[in-house]
Amino acid sequence: MRRTLQLAAIGTAAGAFSGLFGVGGGTIIVPMLIVWLAYGEREATGTSMAAIILIAGFAVAFQAAYGNVDVADAALVGIPAVGGAVAGTALQQRLPERAISVIFAFLLLAIAVELIVS
Amino acid sequence: MNDVITVLLGAAAGLIGGLLGVGGGILFVPALTIFQDKPQVEAEAASLLAIVPVAIAAVWRQRGYGNLRLREGLLIGALSPLGVGVGVVVANAVSERLLELAFAGLLIVVASRLLWHAWRPRPDPGQASG
Repeated sequence: MRRTLQLAAIGTAAGAFSGLFGVGGGTIIVPMLIVWLAYGEREATGTSMAAIILIAGFAVAFQAAYGNVDVADAALVGIPAVGGAVAGTALQQRLPERAISVIFAFLLLAIAVELIVS
Repeated sequence: MNDVITVLLGAAAGLIGGLLGVGGGILFVPALTIFQDKPQVEAEAASLLAIVPVAIAAVWRQRGYGNLRLREGLLIGALSPLGVGVGVVVANAVSERLLELAFAGLLIVVASRLLWHAWRPRPDPGQASG
């Protein structure tokens, strides 16, 4: 039960921050899984992606209702990105787990700086 | 030329997404606004659609590598719409600038926690997790 509540809290936080700042849920989900639920880095990123399928899926359905979704635009970046994602997950398997935490920390700092100067 | 840059940025977004477990919107949106002259709202909507296949591909690969807790991931995703409601309430109560600064502060705290976590000694791979 406690774990279910923790997962619910992570989902709620991810939804709130993606709605407020437009940064996807992964920025919130991955560190929370690592720091709070003691996930390994690789597990945290894989599990985060499962959550993102639903988070992005809900958001797309919402945007589509307003007629904002252009499939050709999505394909232009999305198709090469699928190849990139397969390469990125393969690359991740060759990195030490703590390197993933360090790279992730720098991504968060970059977003923080962008928010402060914007 | 702009199309080539857009495609390359898409591939880079997927690479970073697969590596770090994020969707890649951080590069999709500027690729579409800067190099395809799309308005922000349309770029964000197309970015969200592009994220779906990226996440599916990453989940498929991570499942093969044994790095997926599917049930817990789907539970997090399924409960995220609750947060959208919370976000709307917060956004109406607090100024946008204050929110941005608060979120930036939170990210700095989380980043330092991650760095501390990475620095700490940890058990041998294999006996970790659970």
